Amino acid sequence: MANVLGNEHDLNFKETELCLGLPGGVGGGCGGGNEVDSSPKTTGKRGFSETVDLKLNLQAKETGMDLNKNLGNGSKEKPVSAKDPAKPPAKAQVVGWPPVRSYRKNVMASNKSIGEESEKASSAAFVKVSMDGAPYLRKVDLKMYKSYQELSDALAMMFSSFTMGNYGSQGMIDFMNESKLMDLLNSSDYVPSYEDKDGDWMLVGDVPWQMFVDSCKRLRIMKGSEAIGLAPRAMEKCKSRA
Amino acid sequence: MSEDDERQQSPPSDLEFVSNKARNCNATGSGSGHPEFQSAYPDQVLENVLENVLHFLTSKRDRNAASLVCKSWYRVEALTRSELFIGNCYAVSPARATARFTRVRALQLKGKPRFADFNLMPPDWGAHFNPWALAMAKAYPWLEKVHLKRMTVTDDDLATLAELLLGFKELVLVCCDGFGTSGLAIFVNKCRQLKVLDLIESEVSDDETDWISCFPEGESQLESLIFDCVECHINFEALERLVANSPSLKKLRLNRYVSIGQLYRLMIRAPQLTHLGTGSFSPSEIAGQGDQEPDYVNAFAACKSLVCLSGFREIIPDYLPAIYPVCANLTSLNFSYANITAEQLKPIISKCHKLQVFWVLDSICDEGLQAVAATCKELRELRVFPVDPREDGDGPVSEVGLQAISEGCRKLQSILYFCQRMTNAAVIAMSKNCPDLVVFRLCIMGRHRADPVTGEPMDDGFGAIVMNCKKLTRLAVSGLLTDKAFDYIGQHGKLVRTLSVAFAGDSDMGLKYVLEGCPQLQKLEIRDSPFGDAALRSGLHHYYNMRFLWMSSCRLTPNGCQEIARAMPRLVVEVIRSADEEEMDDAVEILYMYRSLEGPRTDLPKFVTIL
Repeated sequence: MANVLGNEHDLNFKETELCLGLPGGVGGGCGGGNEVDSSPKTTGKRGFSETVDLKLNLQAKETGMDLNKNLGNGSKEKPVSAKDPAKPPAKAQVVGWPPVRSYRKNVMASNKSIGEESEKASSAAFVKVSMDGAPYLRKVDLKMYKSYQELSDALAMMFSSFTMGNYGSQGMIDFMNESKLMDLLNSSDYVPSYEDKDGDWMLVGDVPWQMFVDSCKRLRIMKGSEAIGLAPRAMEKCKSRA
Repeated sequence: MSEDDERQQSPPSDLEFVSNKARNCNATGSGSGHPEFQSAYPDQVLENVLENVLHFLTSKRDRNAASLVCKSWYRVEALTRSELFIGNCYAVSPARATARFTRVRALQLKGKPRFADFNLMPPDWGAHFNPWALAMAKAYPWLEKVHLKRMTVTDDDLATLAELLLGFKELVLVCCDGFGTSGLAIFVNKCRQLKVLDLIESEVSDDETDWISCFPEGESQLESLIFDCVECHINFEALERLVANSPSLKKLRLNRYVSIGQLYRLMIRAPQLTHLGTGSFSPSEIAGQGDQEPDYVNAFAACKSLVCLSGFREIIPDYLPAIYPVCANLTSLNFSYANITAEQLKPIISKCHKLQVFWVLDSICDEGLQAVAATCKELRELRVFPVDPREDGDGPVSEVGLQAISEGCRKLQSILYFCQRMTNAAVIAMSKNCPDLVVFRLCIMGRHRADPVTGEPMDDGFGAIVMNCKKLTRLAVSGLLTDKAFDYIGQHGKLVRTLSVAFAGDSDMGLKYVLEGCPQLQKLEIRDSPFGDAALRSGLHHYYNMRFLWMSSCRLTPNGCQEIARAMPRLVVEVIRSADEEEMDDAVEILYMYRSLEGPRTDLPKFVTIL
């Protein structure tokens, strides 16, 4: 499994869960062994990834084995969790736990968003979301979310077997850093792309959130390696806007 | 509301040795024990009599037993079986099934194992309905009913059913996927005798086809239309026409794209409904402030036969009082998508004296459960789902709610309870107060969580359940559990057929206790528990009696699984990797094994290996 950041597997839990495919934004929350983060504007914690349902088995297996080791010693204590007191408290979720069907989880997630907004937006911005390899389309209302992070959470819940790259502190992929971008796209993780008003396919995260909501017509979640073709154009557009 | 079929499927008779009784049968199949006696019409009379008698046998267990008596009975039973139930679609091939049973009118098939619902299995694992659809269309042109659970059904399959089966009446799809609104459109259009279309918790892709309009014009025989899981807009005018043209319609469950105003219009056209799913239960945005609201209370009052209410997908609690008129008659109420508080629940539940089935969100808190316990003395089934399904979320319900339910609802038979904290004391109390429990599923959402009051594992609580609830057939455990819990289950859980285990146990002994102690065990699903090859070996005597065994993230090795595969040729032993993972030589990520007459299946995806 492509592991962009670090290749050690005996690192703490947090290291494993966070270091899947990211172009930047190595937060203070991570342990050592990270690549040097060159761009100043992409520092910041990776808060959102802690609540994303992460890639299948690597994490679950590690959890299983770690915990089993503890229990095998006859210890009745709750096993050491991934938490390090210095790190953010939220735990990443184990795949398929608690055992609530995805359908129900999705409904609750979208209901929560509806409930939190006391008045609905004047018009919804429904876009279709497809994911390569998934047998069905979903639809999301972009107006229900306030940031890329929220959208990412929701998509992660809907298609919970994929991970998305991290967004920096300003919520945008760092397009100026080509090598980070290339790393992301070379990984086997999924990246979201979208079709904009001009009919071009762009990487999600290249423009401020509101601009994205206004211009996004469709979303497609594709493998990083397939999205490579998008990057140069995306960066050009980005540069021309800057 | 879906629930796993609890009935046992006894092993296909091909697997069983023809019994001694059968061997003594006369070679002509007369079934008498006296080979020297020559009857004038041996076969004909007997077979006619048998045929007439066996028509009355409906239970599949009885039929399986009858088919084992001797070859003659086997043959006649096969001719007279009209409802075919196959608990694992890979246990037998369509060809074999259609060859043995030639006059089937109703087919029930189950596919993927339950843990696939929780994303533990990569997609595209299998359970395709397609080969069955084709075989049925050829072999059973008069097939009327198909009931599928956890299978992948394509639009083409739906078309096959509709086009080739002229008298097709009933389609029920539970937790299925692979089809979309365009498949539905073809299906409802071609199925002229359709009475039942129930889509329950299935993934239906939105192909932007207006399938509701595709029902044939004119009077329809529709009795049940359930589509609350279909996540796309529907043509309301077409739906209204359909409901108006369906005088026999008894069950209608709308999806969340139907507003409360639209619900009203449907209800006044169908006051004969017995089962209603209300859709969103909130107004559409179009309804202005000044518009006069319809008389919802009246609409509900007119539905005098309503006994089952669900929906409330985007509930505005202000509208809840509309359902007061039906509360007294309700036997089933599903609020499991309605994020309501205890205060909002109380006025409703206090009227529901006849309630037997109640599904709800934990947003009602322990206080809400206390209100349920105070009124619902006839409660048989309770399910409490989490609003916030995370390990470290808030815990609005706890041992307090469980204790209250156990004291108030003594007739409880089935419970599914998600919580963040639970004590042994409360579980023990339930085991004593509710002796009729058949299904006990407790999900303490924090993994390995001990009793918060005593610090002890949850062994004693679950132990009490298996000891005191003598009718228990289905059990799901959670919380901090040592091997002791499994020792209890093995010693006392003699009727347990389905067992779900997650993050529990200390060693191989745990699994051994269960495999050696539970003779009725049919379905065993385990994840993230320290059971290894030695434990697996201890079940060799029993695996042919089981529908399946699932073990994921345990301590199995390929060698251990290989050993089982070699020892048991009629068992299919699948080792499943997560889709992207490289092949790991030393650990088995997912083991899924099941008895089968067919050997390895031919539709394997690349991430599955059969040993």
